[in-house]
Amino acid sequence: MTSSGTSLDRAALKQIGLLGAGAIAAIAGLMYLLAWAADSTGTGSAVKPAVDPTGRTITLLLREEPPQLNTTLATDQVSSFVLGHVMQGLLRYDIDGRLEAGIAERWTITETGATFYLRADARWSNGSPITAHDFVFAWRTAVDPASASQYAFILFPIRHAEAINSGARAVTELGVRAADDLTLEVDFERPIAHFEKLVAYTTYYPVNEAFYRSTNGRYGADYDTLLYSGPFMLTRWVHGAQLRMEKNPHYWDRESVRLDVIDFPYLTEDPSTQVNLFKDGRIAMTGLSEQSLEEALKQRWHINRFMDGSVFYTEFNHRPDRVTRNRNLRLAIAHALDADELVNKVIKIPGFLTGRSLFPSWLQGVDRTLREEYPVPQRTPDTAQARAYLALALDELGLDQLPPLMLLTGDTPLSARQAEYYQARLKSELNVDIRIDKQTFKQRLAKMTSGDFDLVAAGWGPDFNDPLTFGDLFASWNLNNRGRYANPELDRQVRIAQASLDPAERMAAFGAIQQIIHDDVVIFPEFERGLVYVLHPALKGVVRRAVGADPDLTRAYIEEG
Amino acid sequence: MTLWRYALRRLLQGIVTVWFIATATFLAMHAVPGDPLMSDKAVTPEIRANLEAKYGLDQPLHRQYLIYISNLARGDFGISFTQKNREVNDIIREHFPVSATLGILAIVIAGMGGVVWGALTALYRNRLPDTAIMFLVILAISVPGFVIAALGQLAIVGLNRVTGIPLLPVAGWGSVSHMLIPALVLGLGTMAYLTRLMRSSMLEVIATDYIRTARAKGIPATRIFTHHALRNAVLPVITVLGPAIAGITTGGFVVELVFAIPGLGRYFVQAVQQLDYTVIMGTTVFYGAFLVFMVIVVDLLYGIVDPRVRLE
Repeated sequence: MTSSGTSLDRAALKQIGLLGAGAIAAIAGLMYLLAWAADSTGTGSAVKPAVDPTGRTITLLLREEPPQLNTTLATDQVSSFVLGHVMQGLLRYDIDGRLEAGIAERWTITETGATFYLRADARWSNGSPITAHDFVFAWRTAVDPASASQYAFILFPIRHAEAINSGARAVTELGVRAADDLTLEVDFERPIAHFEKLVAYTTYYPVNEAFYRSTNGRYGADYDTLLYSGPFMLTRWVHGAQLRMEKNPHYWDRESVRLDVIDFPYLTEDPSTQVNLFKDGRIAMTGLSEQSLEEALKQRWHINRFMDGSVFYTEFNHRPDRVTRNRNLRLAIAHALDADELVNKVIKIPGFLTGRSLFPSWLQGVDRTLREEYPVPQRTPDTAQARAYLALALDELGLDQLPPLMLLTGDTPLSARQAEYYQARLKSELNVDIRIDKQTFKQRLAKMTSGDFDLVAAGWGPDFNDPLTFGDLFASWNLNNRGRYANPELDRQVRIAQASLDPAERMAAFGAIQQIIHDDVVIFPEFERGLVYVLHPALKGVVRRAVGADPDLTRAYIEEG
Repeated sequence: MTLWRYALRRLLQGIVTVWFIATATFLAMHAVPGDPLMSDKAVTPEIRANLEAKYGLDQPLHRQYLIYISNLARGDFGISFTQKNREVNDIIREHFPVSATLGILAIVIAGMGGVVWGALTALYRNRLPDTAIMFLVILAISVPGFVIAALGQLAIVGLNRVTGIPLLPVAGWGSVSHMLIPALVLGLGTMAYLTRLMRSSMLEVIATDYIRTARAKGIPATRIFTHHALRNAVLPVITVLGPAIAGITTGGFVVELVFAIPGLGRYFVQAVQQLDYTVIMGTTVFYGAFLVFMVIVVDLLYGIVDPRVRLE
């Protein structure tokens, strides 16, 4: 190397060093400048501990932000979770998931209608009283066709609700009125056994008319365009970034609320981010995915589990142009598959329960659970029998060989594993070919609705705490019956379950529905979903629910010490 | 004068490109089975009709297209289907600055880092620092962004554990400490690419006659480096900044998800999953227009930095 080359090298090295230092300084300066600009737009989220006993504050994450918080329009789980904390309806759920008095302190229900007596000390978060008029306004708004509420149907038991929603009657004709400020009277369209269980649902929450009108169509779009009737109220909502709930000082049962602040500075669906935040002590609770479960075990965290109330099953297409309309083919498939093997060897997620019935095991019957009062018939996997049924089916269908069956499924790793299990098992047991049609959620729904499948991986979650939330699913008129199963006897039992006021008669109807679904192989039950999660050791009183806002933090508290 | 003419012509071409993007997205979006009004609980035909009327989906497709394009020309992207009372314009206005902040920082880190590392490796050609840095460069180019993001986050958790104090936040947004690692992660791939580019360009320049002449004339080595070598070597780096901005914008989607950053990228991805027509259109057209504009700016910049380049 020449001497001039060395001097260039040395000079250059010095220059690069200077350049590097300058670059670092420039980047640091730029960061502070940008942070200052960002702060002025109000997206700041300070680093706080998961649990703060002095401020009675806990920090959590939300999987996503609620699309909006207008109770008459809300349909999704995140909205239901947030609204379940900041709003309250006539009735609420207690720690064990039973109904108890909410804004209404007592109520009577007859065959023709219901009367709710509101408590005099119920207040909105601005201090004004919650009256029967607020319920009348909310329910009218929800069934008004102009609102285009997807959950309007949940109000259809109220007289004229369906006619109003289809535009045949005026909104004022809805069968609900305020006899006085504290008495709400409801007329039914037809006798209904489970109305009290419906009024705990989001769509039935009250809305203050004067406030609603003052928001110019932006009701529920931001934290300050809502009035709160529940234990908490939103005091901050930065879209896409964070939410904050604070104790509502006007809530009638404020003594029972033991947290002052629930902060949500993180919105993320990414399971590894969720578990990293928990590991770093930033959040007090997180759900675990299959992958993060391993990390949780390694960290020796205490792992909690609960059943989220939903059931999953394979639904057959019963339309006349499909081979799966043949009962013997469905029997063949049901005998070839093994739900126990699917849950224990393929899914392998702790907390999952093998599916036995459309009705999950937690549903209450008359005295015990429905499933205890009406045990599910068992069907054991049996290759010989499955083949015999397949031979019968081919005979009835007039086929030599079954065409490949189209299995419509979701785009998650779990649904892929499930679909592959079906494919392998039906090939080995029955020599039946399965084509897997993987679709994103909305596209799968579109194909389910149009009937473009033979088998579809489906599931159902409860709206209210009554077997009917599952029981009417395969009624011929139910639009969620996407396989178009139709059976007059099942329809008759559903009508009994809907209208009868005698609990024993209703449960017998559900027992009969369960038997029909089993005998006719309307579906192949797979599993009841369990969820696993971890909690900060000091956070107590968190209630997990199958029905209503979950997780329920309204009675949560921080254990001192 | 020619510069202005050139800029105007590119701008007009850009508008045609954006119109094409809008039309292609519109058609592709409607060709996908399903629609934004689908939900897991089926609705009665009456409720469905109410919803369609509210969102204008009851109109024939060509009418919807014409309405959409005419609104677009006025800069109105409509109202989100999922966030029922938020305008797409608001979503872009609130969340693009976050993505832009992250992007600017990542570009600056990538650009400066690329120049520094590139010059350094050229200087130490075939010696240990060169080999070591080039190994890391290959690694950074070939490892996908979501892996780097996840590793970056794990590194923060580890760092906080080892030191026992929360030095850096694992996720979230709003302060300087929230920006550092996401911006580094986001800029890393581009920085590696620029390092390679800078290295070869620097080597080429050092070997040229004019550097030898400058040395022979006895110009101080420092001045040769800054005025003759660096300035010429940095030109190709500017050329690729346009595509690099595109890369960093799209890479931002992953980084925003992993670090729970409230940027526009997340809305873009969610909208596609939920078939939220207006948000898909709004974000696609916005990003499309933004990238087209940035490429034009970079081209103009190139003409300014290097007077030899004729803008035709």
